[in-house]
Amino acid sequence: MIPVTYYIIFSAVLFSLGTLGVLIRRNSLVIFMSIELMLNAANLSFVAFSRIHESFSGQIFVFFIMAVAAAEVAVGLALIVTIYRSRHTIDIDGMSSLKG
Amino acid sequence: MTLELVLFFILAVIAVTTAVGLLTSRSTIYAALHLVTNFVTVAIFYLLLDAPFIALAQVTVYAGAIMVLFLFVIMLLGIENIAGELEWKGLIWPVVMAVILLAEGIFLVVQRIGKNIYVESAGTELSNASTMAKYLFTDYLLPFEITSILLLVAMVGAIVLSKHEKPAKRGLEKTR
Repeated sequence: MIPVTYYIIFSAVLFSLGTLGVLIRRNSLVIFMSIELMLNAANLSFVAFSRIHESFSGQIFVFFIMAVAAAEVAVGLALIVTIYRSRHTIDIDGMSSLKG
Repeated sequence: MTLELVLFFILAVIAVTTAVGLLTSRSTIYAALHLVTNFVTVAIFYLLLDAPFIALAQVTVYAGAIMVLFLFVIMLLGIENIAGELEWKGLIWPVVMAVILLAEGIFLVVQRIGKNIYVESAGTELSNASTMAKYLFTDYLLPFEITSILLLVAMVGAIVLSKHEKPAKRGLEKTR
């Protein structure tokens, strides 16, 4: 018997840690991993709500989020590889050629 | 304090520790390994919530496929070492922002949901995977098919983006 509030608060903690990672890190791969952490936190609250409402729609949405996350990772990592080939860094402060 | 609650808190401590480890690690390899541990812990949370199909998909898709992709890229580019990248000086404002976000989230959760809704540990009648399949292929058939197109587009996009441009240049030289 675990109150559902615990799951949602835990999910909020994970989401905030992911946001913190996006804010404090300069390495684009670690930022990408933090985004995965945030997606995962959202998935956890989806499953918790699906459990208390006795409905499978939440779990179906988690399934779709996983598919979208896989697609996002494939394209994003290809972008990072391309950026590394042309600029020889993946530091996001180094990607400022549009800055004028 | 029941056994489930003890398990919940142990898993929560592991998950938060690995998430903090992801944020503070000096090496991208260690960051990826922290994230794998975090994903496996969250998969056990899904098992606690009576969602075994999602738990297994989490382990295979996230902890398996996605993190292997990350490790491939890290080792392909040779960017394991990122020492000295994290500055403690500029850390104050991001931490304040994240704490405000967390406080807002917890406030809304406590205000809107209340503490009296419990997750009962009772098994559902149908097994999880067959119920998921029933929903996926009846109510959510169109999104399911669109997902396949999305994955195809992502695959083609990744190949196009990471392809070398050499064949085009060679063709250009021939025409000259």
